[in-house]
Formats: sequence, C-alpha cells, structure tokens
Amino acid sequence: MSYYKIFAVAVLGALLAGCPATPVPDPEPTDTTYDGSDSASTDGMDGFDGQGGTAIEDPFEQLGTVIYFDFDSSEVRAADQDLVAAHAIQLNENSYTSVRLEGHADERGSREYNIGLGERRAQAVRQMLMIQGVTASQIQTVSFGEERPDAMGSSESDYARNRRVEIRFTD
Amino acid sequence: MLKKLSFAIIVIVFAANNAAAQKLRIDVQGVAQPTPVAIVPFGWEGNSPAMPLDIAEVIKSDLRRSGRFSPIPENDMLQKPTDGADVDFGDWSILGVEAVVVGKVTQVGVNAYSLRFQLFDPFRQRQLVGYQIPASRGTMRGAAHRAADMIYEKLTGIKGVFGTKVAYVTAEQQGGRERLYSLIVSDQDGENEFKIMESKDPIMSPAWSPDSRQLAYVSFEGSRSSIFVQNLRSGNRFQVSNKPGINGAPAFSPDGRKLVVTLGGVEGNPDIYILDITSRQVKRLTTHRAIDTEGAWAPDGRHIYFTSDRSGGPQIYRISVSGGTPERVTFEGSYNARPRLSPDGTRLAMVHNDRGNYRIAVMNIERKDLLVLSAGRQDESPSFAPNSDSLIYATRQSGDGVLETVSADGLIRQKMASGQGDVREPVWSPFPRFAK
Repeated sequence: MSYYKIFAVAVLGALLAGCPATPVPDPEPTDTTYDGSDSASTDGMDGFDGQGGTAIEDPFEQLGTVIYFDFDSSEVRAADQDLVAAHAIQLNENSYTSVRLEGHADERGSREYNIGLGERRAQAVRQMLMIQGVTASQIQTVSFGEERPDAMGSSESDYARNRRVEIRFTD
Repeated sequence: MLKKLSFAIIVIVFAANNAAAQKLRIDVQGVAQPTPVAIVPFGWEGNSPAMPLDIAEVIKSDLRRSGRFSPIPENDMLQKPTDGADVDFGDWSILGVEAVVVGKVTQVGVNAYSLRFQLFDPFRQRQLVGYQIPASRGTMRGAAHRAADMIYEKLTGIKGVFGTKVAYVTAEQQGGRERLYSLIVSDQDGENEFKIMESKDPIMSPAWSPDSRQLAYVSFEGSRSSIFVQNLRSGNRFQVSNKPGINGAPAFSPDGRKLVVTLGGVEGNPDIYILDITSRQVKRLTTHRAIDTEGAWAPDGRHIYFTSDRSGGPQIYRISVSGGTPERVTFEGSYNARPRLSPDGTRLAMVHNDRGNYRIAVMNIERKDLLVLSAGRQDESPSFAPNSDSLIYATRQSGDGVLETVSADGLIRQKMASGQGDVREPVWSPFPRFAK
C-alpha cells in the first residue's frame, strides 16, 4: 500500500512540476498555414522548424453541446439532428474519446420520475449516436432529472432551457 | 487503494456545522376548532437557578402545532400547581379547559434529571395519565416530546408523533450553477437539525429503515448515481448499488433487510428491482420498456406500489413481491406518481396533477376515492407520519422549497419554513424504539 502511495505522490509531484515547465502553444485557427511570403528569406531545416505545417483545431470546439427537448418529449428535434450527427462524426474519427450524456428534466412533477424522463432523453441521443456508428463503450449516460436546472425560474422559458441533454467529453 | 481514498475524502463528519445551521420555523394554519387546554409551567428543583429546558413550553408548542389544541395563556391561570395533589379542579373548570397538565423537573445527579408530569380532566376530576421520565440534558427535549405524545394519545386516542424525526434534503446556491446539497435529520418540529452528509453533487430520495437507525439515499458524487445506506449513530455508510445508469428511489422493506430500488442499466430502461442489502443480490420485478420507478413497500410486505408510464402518462401500479403482472391502481387524472403507503395500510399518498397543479392527494385503497390535500402549484414527496394521521411534503414559497404537514383529512395544514436554501424530499421517521 505504501508503494502505491509513494508512486501516487511521485506522479502527482511530476504532474505539478511538469505543468508550468511545458506550456502548450495555442493553435491559431484563423491563420493556420505558413505562407512563406515574408520578404526575408531564410533557410529552413525540414522536420525541425515549428513554423511550418497546419495547426489542428480542437475538434469539439465549434459544436454545440446542449440539445433541448419539447415538453414531455424525448425526441431529438429535426433542427438538432445535424448537431448530433456532427458529434457522431467526431466520435467516429476519434475512437479514443468518449462522452457522457447528461439528461435533464424540468421541475414539474415527481423527482424520481423526472430522473426517468432525463434518462430517456439521454438515451434518445445515445441511440442516435450509435446508429451513426459510435460504439457503446464511447458513451455513458446519467440523468440528473430536475436536480441540476440550468435556468432557476419557473416560467415556460425556464422549463424549456432545463429540458435538455448536455454532451460532456470524458477521457 | 484509490477507492478507499476517495471514500475517505467524501465522508466527512459535519457535527461542527450543525450548531450554526438555521432551524426550521413553523407556522400553523389550523382550520379545525381547537380544544382549550392548560399546560402549567413546570416546577424545578436543582442546583442551577433555572431548569435546563422549559418543558411546559415544549409540550405547549407540540399540542398547539397539532392544530387540535389551544393552550391557554399563563396569565389566565388562577393557580400554578406543580404537583397533582395541589390541583383545584374548580379553578380549571371555570376557565373551560378540558385538560390540565402539571409537572416538575428534579435534578438527581450531575447530568441526571427526572421529569414528572400528570394530566387531569377537571370535569371528571380524574388523572388521565401520570408518568416519570429519566433524562439527561441531551435527552431532555426528547423526554418532553414523549410526555406530549402520551398526553396527545390520552386526549385524542391517536398515537402522538412529537418524538419522531424527519429527514430531508437542502440545496444551497453557491454562485452560478454550483450548489451544496445536504442531507439533514431533525426532530419533527424542526429542532435539533443534524447534517448527516453533504455534497456538491445532488442528493436524493432519503428513506428510513424501519428501526429508524439508518437512512438509504441516492448520491450523484462523481457525476453518477449510486445508492448508499448510512448508519445515523456512527455516520458510517456503505454503497449498496453502483450499477451503470440509474440507481434510484430506494425504499426499505418492512423487515429492513431489503430495498426496493430503480435500476436503469446501460440501455436506460428504469425498472423495479428488489435488492438484498446484505448479499447485494438483485431480483428484477418489472421488465416493461416504460419508466417504472418510485417503488414503495406495502406495510404487509407482500406488495410493491410503483410509478409507471406504461399507459402513456405516469400512474400508480401494484405488483406482488414475487413478481407477476402489475395491476393499475390509480385512474383519476393524467398524472399520479410517487406512491407512499400509510403505515396502517389503508391509504395511498401520491403526487397528483390537479388541473395543471402538482398536489398531494390521498386515496383510500378500498374505496378508491381521491382527496387532494395540498394547495400549491408544485407540491411533491408526500410521506406519512408513523401514526398514519398526517403527512409531510414539500411545496414552493417564492421559488424555494419549504416543508408542510397536513392532517390526512386535509383540515389542518402547517408550514415549516427554513432559512436555508431549497428544502425538499422530507421523509417522516418510524416511531422511535425506546430501550426496555
């Protein structure tokens, strides 16, 4: 047991020490390619020059991660189906990534029944992802029912914001 | 190792917080005609100038809160005896009070007291009950509630619940979407709040064991649901269900050995299961692809009532603990959920959609007639008192959840307001078991 402890402390220490020493440069999405049009000419060394090549964008940055639902419904709206499809493509291309689908309900009615409604919404998104080739092991679902509202009020528009599935990326 | 470590981080003892916790305040909205009674200030014989707790005040407040009694003001009393032998029945019958309580507290050791009380009927000029209860400073309030319970039972024929407890969940906003969830146990009058668990992730569905020594609940720590059973005295807890998907809605069997739970699995189809607490073995009771949840054991232990939307909207069904085809129990209205049985087995409480409002309703199981008891828009989580005579539930007041109790006939309703965040999911304890 003490070996594990020492190991854990060592790993933690390495992580803490490693963090500030190895800054990760931000990729620049707007200017991704070095065009070589500078007036000064330089000699490059292939495979060493960090200025060349194409930066890789965060594959998930642009995609929305919240899908909203109608009252008493777990059907993904037509307008959101492209969003789910885009996530499916990303997950298929990056089979090492996985997502947690967090289902939510509005506050009306019974709490545990609302857990069921939230789960049903998360499952609707899961099914849609799996139909498009995402493997089951890449997807986890959890329902928070009405326990974690996004909007705190009790108006129809608050309820509409709370009936949702949030897509969260896990490692 | 890792498992142990995270467990140690999560389980914290909160005793220090509890003194600061704001207690519940109670407002009574009685509508019945209350009976006038006299609770004479208790006498005191001890080393300090005043007794550790004003016993008469506790008894008065218990009886007043029941909605059935109105204790007369001390100023109206013509005599203030502390011993039954000194009661002048004439003085009390003039005032029209139907019962007189006298008593005193005697210190018998450093932290040992004797609480003595007698209840008289001034018209028949008879003692109805008299009792002496040993107490320490810590158990004094409980002893006063026991006295109130005996008085209440003598006068109404109904067993008192003043000595019982309630458990509930609070959620405090911590800025943005952050919340702090707490699981609290208090006396049924809101005193003696004790936080038994807290978490930044939701806590749900507390349920009492039949011996009132344990609480089962759902916790979302680590962003997934699991079911715990926690011993109230030691604070130790153990995880009894941590399967993929939903682990929810625990309720103890009458013998305390099993829980009825909702499990959803990877495919997310919530069904009713019976979980053996010791062996962790589960037995599946329902297999429908609808949502089946919120199981509640009938007091006879032979049936389980649960919510299912197999007919479209949620309705209440009943299934034998040995399985079989569930039988639909509720038909009135489009939404009936969260069944809870009265301990005497005659009535079923539920959340009922009453013309767009979610309210607490009670159905007589034999006669099938439904009585709406609450008047809010968003009332939930009904739970019967152990005497089956009243219920506690959560309602909303200016956005926050507050607790209310209501008599099972709907006549006496009272609010318990808390200063602390959103209060929800109250569950009433069984009767306490006193050492014999």
